[in-house]
Amino acid sequence: MRKVAVLGAGLTRFMRRSLETGRELCWEAAAAALQDAGLTLADIDCVVLGTAPDAFDGVHLKGEYLLDGAGGKGKPYVRVYVGGGTGVFMVPAGWWHIASGAFNTCLIVAEEKMSPTQPHPQGAFNAIYDQFTERPLGVNLLWIFSLEMHRYMQTYGIPLETIAKVAVKNKKNAKDHPASQVAGDFTVEQIVNSEVMAYPVMRLMVSPVTDGAAAMVLASEEFAKRKGGKHVWVEGVGWNLDTSYWTNRDLAYPQYVENAARMAYKMARIKDPRKEIHVVEPYDPFAYKELHHLEGLQLADKGQAPRRLEEGFWDRDTTTGIPSSPSGGLLGVGNPIAAAGLMKAIEIYYQLSGKAGARQIRRNAKRGLAQAWGDLMQVGTVMIMGVER
Amino acid sequence: MNTQLRGTSLREDDIRTGKALVTEWHPKIDYQFDAGTAVGQFLDGLKAGKIMGRQCDVCGRIVIPPRMFCEKCFRRNDRWVELKHTGRINTFSVSFVNWDASRRTTPQVPAVIDIDGTNPSMGILHLLGEVGQTLEEVLRRVRIGMAVEAVWKPAEQREGAITDIMYFRPVGG
Repeated sequence: MRKVAVLGAGLTRFMRRSLETGRELCWEAAAAALQDAGLTLADIDCVVLGTAPDAFDGVHLKGEYLLDGAGGKGKPYVRVYVGGGTGVFMVPAGWWHIASGAFNTCLIVAEEKMSPTQPHPQGAFNAIYDQFTERPLGVNLLWIFSLEMHRYMQTYGIPLETIAKVAVKNKKNAKDHPASQVAGDFTVEQIVNSEVMAYPVMRLMVSPVTDGAAAMVLASEEFAKRKGGKHVWVEGVGWNLDTSYWTNRDLAYPQYVENAARMAYKMARIKDPRKEIHVVEPYDPFAYKELHHLEGLQLADKGQAPRRLEEGFWDRDTTTGIPSSPSGGLLGVGNPIAAAGLMKAIEIYYQLSGKAGARQIRRNAKRGLAQAWGDLMQVGTVMIMGVER
Repeated sequence: MNTQLRGTSLREDDIRTGKALVTEWHPKIDYQFDAGTAVGQFLDGLKAGKIMGRQCDVCGRIVIPPRMFCEKCFRRNDRWVELKHTGRINTFSVSFVNWDASRRTTPQVPAVIDIDGTNPSMGILHLLGEVGQTLEEVLRRVRIGMAVEAVWKPAEQREGAITDIMYFRPVGG
């Protein structure tokens, strides 16, 4: 397999509701990524698009609808989709286009416009539940998260206040992110005393509804070397799905995230991830998910990510721990589903190339990981980037 | 990175006052789903007041919701097994939000109930009932791991649906 480099990235602002259409958001992010890479669309061999359910937009064939904005017209183009895992999955999907030898450059674009669904996009999610055994019970999306969170808390005896600290950390980190929608300074008390949505999930432990887009340019080693300069490389990718019979699973531990991480670690020749991963962007649509995922990624023992959180191990300015969600994550920057995952992968690129500005972590990072998760709480997607060591 | 990102954030007022133009679409799409071989017979069982699972003779698992194939051994599984009407609360939630994000004054209490007789122990999604009308009451009465039993609709009102079980309640009331 050929080596794959990251040449550039771009983002739009993340907003509750954007004036721009999905196509326009795609174009803004794609144009920004090409500019960052110092390339034009003529340099791009193929385009990969990621976006979540068509139901948000009320537009069928959404990949085709977004084609022109994503720069895919007249090129080899494909939409990939694994629910909330889509954003990080964009990197593996772009990677295989180039690693296979089929293409030298690939533009990956992730978009989400959730705001068209009325009165609230949550309704569009009900169709993920089984038609016979679940939907007639009067389901809503929050149920699966509150049920999983409660099981996780019960299994390891994790207090609500500890989980609230993920929201405090990420919303604070996001104050330095130019795309951010819901950044700010909050106290643990404000988080745990916010409105009860579906206990134990409180209002400020949930990421918002967001419109936005993100894009990245990937290239073969040959192309990157010809262009010159120092590059960030995609060193490992992994993905894995567990059963849709989610009530049959161990809800306290995301085995599928572990499986995806192990695939990526093997490819990146990582033996001890706690020593060899220096910065991490785990998926955080809900506060507990960041901790759940850090354990699945083998960066903490089962049930121990909360303890590390209390110790400051995941703080952005740590010099002895592993900074987690230095971007501010979905809880702070926002959650345009597919674009949020790619924003996390882009943060690793910024951190490793020293372009993270006020968010630049203090420890010297040579290798970082981004992870996303989704569908019916069943998919793990992982990508690892590194710089020459 | 570029810190001057593009994107124009709209407020509700921009829509209301016509500053930003919108169009609406109100599709009405009806579906009719076929229950299939496994869930169809499971629903027949519910109508008859039985909770049925499927067993695979190779791995020995007894699963619910039932399926006609074992996804682990990837073979057609072997037989129907009648399960108990009792189980344990694997996890529960106290939900104040409806599907459209509107709020409820009295909560729904969804739970994953591990059904007795499954192997290994595994659950279904259902509701808890007779456990209180406020968050505090529910949290006082319900514990993860607690034994619960199905409360059925009267036989003549059952229609072959998951709602033929109205809810699960703590064993012994």
